[in-house]
Amino acid sequence: MTFPYNETVLEHFRNPRNVGSLDDPDGKATEGSPACGDMVSVYINVDQDTKKISDIKFESYGCASNIATGSIITELAKGKTLEEAKNITWKEASEALGGLPAIKAHCSVLAVEGLRSAIQNYEEKHGLVVGKEATTEEIVRKRLRRVMNPMKGLDMVATNLVKEVEVKDGVIRVSVDLPESHQFAASIKEEAKERLETLWDVKKVIIEFAK
Amino acid sequence: MTERTIYLDNAAATRLDEAVLEAMKPCYFENYAVATSEFGYSQGLQARETLAEARTKIAAALGAEPDEFIFTSGNTESSNLALKGVAKSLGMQNGRRMILSKIEDFPVLHSARVLEKQGIAVDYLEVDGEGLINIEQLESLLRDETILVSIQHGNQEIGTIQDIAAIGQMCKRRKVLFHTDATHTFGRVPIDVKKINVDLITVSAHTLHGPKGIGGLFVRKGTPLSKIMDGGFQEFDLRAGIENIPGAVGFAKALDLITAEENLRLQAMRDRMIAEVFKKIPLVTLNGHPVQRLPQNANITFHHVEGESITLHLDMYGIAVSTGSACFSRSLEASHVMMAIGGDHERAHGSIRFTFGRYNSMEEIDFVVDTLAKIIEDLRRISPLGKTGGASNDISVQ
Repeated sequence: MTFPYNETVLEHFRNPRNVGSLDDPDGKATEGSPACGDMVSVYINVDQDTKKISDIKFESYGCASNIATGSIITELAKGKTLEEAKNITWKEASEALGGLPAIKAHCSVLAVEGLRSAIQNYEEKHGLVVGKEATTEEIVRKRLRRVMNPMKGLDMVATNLVKEVEVKDGVIRVSVDLPESHQFAASIKEEAKERLETLWDVKKVIIEFAK
Repeated sequence: MTERTIYLDNAAATRLDEAVLEAMKPCYFENYAVATSEFGYSQGLQARETLAEARTKIAAALGAEPDEFIFTSGNTESSNLALKGVAKSLGMQNGRRMILSKIEDFPVLHSARVLEKQGIAVDYLEVDGEGLINIEQLESLLRDETILVSIQHGNQEIGTIQDIAAIGQMCKRRKVLFHTDATHTFGRVPIDVKKINVDLITVSAHTLHGPKGIGGLFVRKGTPLSKIMDGGFQEFDLRAGIENIPGAVGFAKALDLITAEENLRLQAMRDRMIAEVFKKIPLVTLNGHPVQRLPQNANITFHHVEGESITLHLDMYGIAVSTGSACFSRSLEASHVMMAIGGDHERAHGSIRFTFGRYNSMEEIDFVVDTLAKIIEDLRRISPLGKTGGASNDISVQ
């Protein structure tokens, strides 16, 4: 019998590490996607001098790969500097778990984003970030790199699903190289919209599919 | 994995009854001939009779004549034939329309989607919070161009049973054909085509401890229907292909083995499951109608936790169930049924469907509830939802 999850993933799923929240944390964030439904909250405490993550906890409202990734990401980040922790990728988390099913990438990428957002939250609170920049095609593509292509387990930009991006007067138009009737079209559309609608200067997001 | 398995996904498939297999065996080893025309050889004539006997039995269970029931490969094919066969027979031009409920199973929904591309307009009926359609809304959608109404008898996920007698009456009055998908009610909830005005009924053996790969379609005499798969002239020239005689015999036997007592026993398991879950686990919602529901179906949302996590934990105890969570589905979309009754992902996300069958026991139900109570408690402990000051404020719990 081939089980979709390996023993390491199942072990982290059954006994997740660093579960819970921190009282009055230095940084915290919740990442969630109604398209999939999963949510992850990440809490961090940071050593002011070394800028290292001294404590980290997570909570998950998600499926097995979401829980397992939350668990591994806390192990990977603990003791790392903020810069090091920021650069932990989904791929590294997935590798540390011995591999995750491609179709589950979009559920597990949330934990990685949760960690980055918690760091961002810390940086914002401590005046470490620069001001708002206007949304460009590049920023849109960067955000779309967080939307997973469930067929490949890689994001929709890397897998060439994004044909065209246009940003004009607060309206983003993205052409996706998939027919609208495709098995994953609805899920990709919902997730892409969600990633882009939070941009501060965007009024409308239009996702178009191939004819 | 544990030694013990508790299978509570009987809406997806059922364990074959040994008696069904025994009834089928002669069709594989003794007379394996295909049914011939009445001028064929002995074995073929014998096969023909065997098939006719099975047909007569199943048709009788619906109150139908033998020549009003055709065998198919299962409910998917039956629903495809019902929708596409009617459209093909009556034509797809002139603004022709069909009406379906939003919670139909995929064979009906996706057949309609294909027909939409070919020119049929499809109207989708809303359902209420318990999964029932509104008969007045149905009436308001009926137009002169409407050729077919397709509304299921019992829902595959939440178990809600529609009032097909009332729908049938309405269709008769408005002279519109009526198809109902009875995959989950056949054998479990009575249907009599002499009392109910229905023109086409989809049924299947796989939900009844019968073999997979055999189902059927009731076609009332005079119903305009064209075959959609070409080949020979089998099944009154409505379904080409070698008859699945072992399947047909197995289907008839499976139906034969269902008793009123068994249906009451399934209903008692369902009621116990629901009562015990509500007693032992907080923050739960019953999905579907409380009374007008399949005797073998319970569907419950466990708030603040995700369905695939629940099913995976249950699997470690050997318990098989399914969920309406997007994480579990092949398209990564939350169940369209759960979305139609509540419209929110959270309710779909933590929903678990328990469907009972002949080989389940009350003792299993108790074990499942106790196991669930532990799993839900553990998963809620790691969930960011439902904690004071947490992200739970925007999640409404009924």
